Amino acid sequence: MARPALWLSLLTVGLFVIALTLGPAQIGPFESLGALIVDDSSPLTMVMREIRLPRAILAVLVGASLGLSGAAMQGYLRNPLAEPGLIGVSGAAALGAVLAIQTGVAATVTLGLPLMALAGALIGVLLILALAGPRGSSLTLILAGIAISALSGALTSLVLNLSPNPFAASEIMFWMMGSLADRSMTHVWIALPFVLVGGGVLLSLGRGLDALTLGEDAASAMGIRLTRLRLVLVLGTACVIGATTAVAGAIGFVGLVVPHILRPLVGARPSRLLWASALGGAVMVLAADIAVRLILPERDLKLGVVTALVGAPLFLHLIYKTRSQLG
Amino acid sequence: MSLLRVEHLSVTLRNRPVLRDVSFDVEEGECVGLIGPNGAGKSTLMRAALGLVAHEGQSSIAVMRDADRARAAAWMPQMREIAWPVTVDTLVMLGRIPHMAGGQKPGAEDHARVDAAIAATGLEAFRQRTATRLSGGEQARVLIARALAQDTPLIVADEPVAGLDPAHQISTMETFAKLARDGRSVIVSLHDLGLAARHCTRLIILSEGRIAADGAPADVLTLDSLRDVFGITAYFRDTDQGPVFQPLSVI
Amino acid sequence: MLRACAGPFVIAATVAVALPAMSQDMPERPERVVSVNLCTDQLAMMLAAEGQLISVSDVALDPQVSAMTEEAQKYRINYALAEDIYLMQPDLVIAGSYSAQATLDMLERLGIPVARFAPAYSLAEVRDRMAQMGDLLGQQEAADAMIADFDARLAALRAEVDERPTAALYYANGYTSGDKTLSGEILAAAGFENIAGTLGFPSFGRIPLEVLALAQPDALVTSRPYPGASRSEAILDHPVVEALREGRADASFSDKDWVCGTPYVLRAIESLRPLRNALTKEP
Repeated sequence: MARPALWLSLLTVGLFVIALTLGPAQIGPFESLGALIVDDSSPLTMVMREIRLPRAILAVLVGASLGLSGAAMQGYLRNPLAEPGLIGVSGAAALGAVLAIQTGVAATVTLGLPLMALAGALIGVLLILALAGPRGSSLTLILAGIAISALSGALTSLVLNLSPNPFAASEIMFWMMGSLADRSMTHVWIALPFVLVGGGVLLSLGRGLDALTLGEDAASAMGIRLTRLRLVLVLGTACVIGATTAVAGAIGFVGLVVPHILRPLVGARPSRLLWASALGGAVMVLAADIAVRLILPERDLKLGVVTALVGAPLFLHLIYKTRSQLG
Repeated sequence: MSLLRVEHLSVTLRNRPVLRDVSFDVEEGECVGLIGPNGAGKSTLMRAALGLVAHEGQSSIAVMRDADRARAAAWMPQMREIAWPVTVDTLVMLGRIPHMAGGQKPGAEDHARVDAAIAATGLEAFRQRTATRLSGGEQARVLIARALAQDTPLIVADEPVAGLDPAHQISTMETFAKLARDGRSVIVSLHDLGLAARHCTRLIILSEGRIAADGAPADVLTLDSLRDVFGITAYFRDTDQGPVFQPLSVI
Repeated sequence: MLRACAGPFVIAATVAVALPAMSQDMPERPERVVSVNLCTDQLAMMLAAEGQLISVSDVALDPQVSAMTEEAQKYRINYALAEDIYLMQPDLVIAGSYSAQATLDMLERLGIPVARFAPAYSLAEVRDRMAQMGDLLGQQEAADAMIADFDARLAALRAEVDERPTAALYYANGYTSGDKTLSGEILAAAGFENIAGTLGFPSFGRIPLEVLALAQPDALVTSRPYPGASRSEAILDHPVVEALREGRADASFSDKDWVCGTPYVLRAIESLRPLRNALTKEP
């Protein structure tokens, strides 16, 4: 455990600092970090504290949430293809968020935005578990995921198209692909409590997920209460995915790529994979967000584009590897 | 002392009665072979006794709290599931989960139990191998070692020797017999009546959800019970090298 | 509809073409004219003789983007769909150069002449569009009068100023307009120095929020949010934008006077005066 955790932590910190020093305004790294720490009421401090810092913090929160929930769902379903984005949980959360914004709930109710997104994610997870529960094959899981993704995507488009606001219709791309551009500390405060609570309960699942390596029956006989585990998993996943999707849109493949890469490094133990994937997810999203700013700084390249370019080939590879099971 | 007391256990699955009014006790030092034709209800009986399936009647283990139950009985399901490519060591250590709090690291006691279980199953050379890449028989032994590592007074194993080569079938049954001699107990379901006759101290024959016979192998494996329950004839003799049982033909 | 009225950014974000392009033989003085574009709707309503214009687009009714909603109610409304328009049997269809090409092609195949108007990117082009509309409708005299009036009012508004406070135009999704846009010229005519030009945004483009924040313009001019909510407009409430507004001059205007090359741009210039006066303390 110690080795990968140490490396991933160092990598997270390193990328976090790089993310803070990167931006369209060309400012030296020391000057910008100085302005972040010392408040000289200059516009630079404002830029650092209200634009770059929240963006970097959100990258960590979003990445950790995606990595952690991916690892947890994979552990529970015992299927390496389970990933919140691919199986439609993020899409359902985005639908909840869009509904919150378009109905005005987001503006009138405190935490209305993350709570509605959480509700969407909850419905998504429940549907997935009902359709492709632990005994379901990869095929059922992927088919159920396609159905949920397509339905929530279509409903999101519908809601946006019905909006009286001319900009809303063009926002489907944000919700499907995700972005951290121009977020503020407000968004951090919206997401943070849910990520902490949801992340905390997901991390507590390690023991149960380890036992599930031997199947439900054996785990149950080892004293693992599966009903409780399932409930915690569903709520924890809904919390982290709902809150992060509400502020950053649906970002796919992070929960697939990160556990897949890290699994051999932690001896494939689901409990160790949880921690590692949370850190690894933060690393991946920080790196992806740095990439979108380096590749096309003047355009608003969506984060999900970069993660999909990395993740989709791996997804295809995994499908190829498990095709005997799929058939 | 009774390790398991089952009273009037009945199970109905999808409106079909699978177990009907089954009662028996398991004392310390017993190696109980659970035999019976396919569909007789062997797996269901073991799962119900452990509280893994909804049932009527009483089982002294099923009524325990989850954590206590996990220290009273280890369960080795028929489905040999190893979901992730963990090492043999790691997998056997999973058996120690009931003895560790969440997040706790394994202690000396845990390592000792894992070492003993690996030694008992002859897996020393496989410790660092990836469990999912082993052969079916090797995986079965790893899962037996996992159940042993749980270090419970009672081990319940559903067809643990199916698919093993003769040598490992014998050594597995000998392991169970030794556990029984050391004062622990084992309930093991199996189809090889010869192994059951040789290694078990007691046999329970299950037929259509009821106990058809319960007692010492020599008393239970009669021509009548074999004909009525299994529909076979067999050769059965107590020899100098222990009991020998050989099914002969279908009636 | 939404696309057609989505503010100045859609129109300005694209490339100009010299227009109007005449597809087929235009009637000298068309009698049944249908306009399918917000900007041509308004020019046509201003210049057409009684009964000459028979239909305008539904966007002309949207108070957020149309300066002539009341006027538009007198006309039959079209939704810029070929079937709808063909049944009106027009002898001329006036469209924007970014109207749906398939619809216009279809109308031309059906023998209806289509004129395409490019958006106006400068105040000079506003004059050109008025003249073009006059030519197209056979209302040259009315157009000349309108242009003369426009020139006179513009000259009066464009009083020379010594002090030009800096200002930035900031729209949904973080877009800005530079000097080489109609909005930029409106800002300049009102006596402001457009900060986008200095920052390297000559035309229409996304200005990173941190670049805007560090530039610290004296005034921030934003577009008034559309009804309903959107993420795109949420950036106008970003704490950094709020901070830019705080203690500085700020104003938000609905797009209707800014988006089309019509004499209403003069009203946009006028509406900026108080903002500038507040900054320079000039009367």
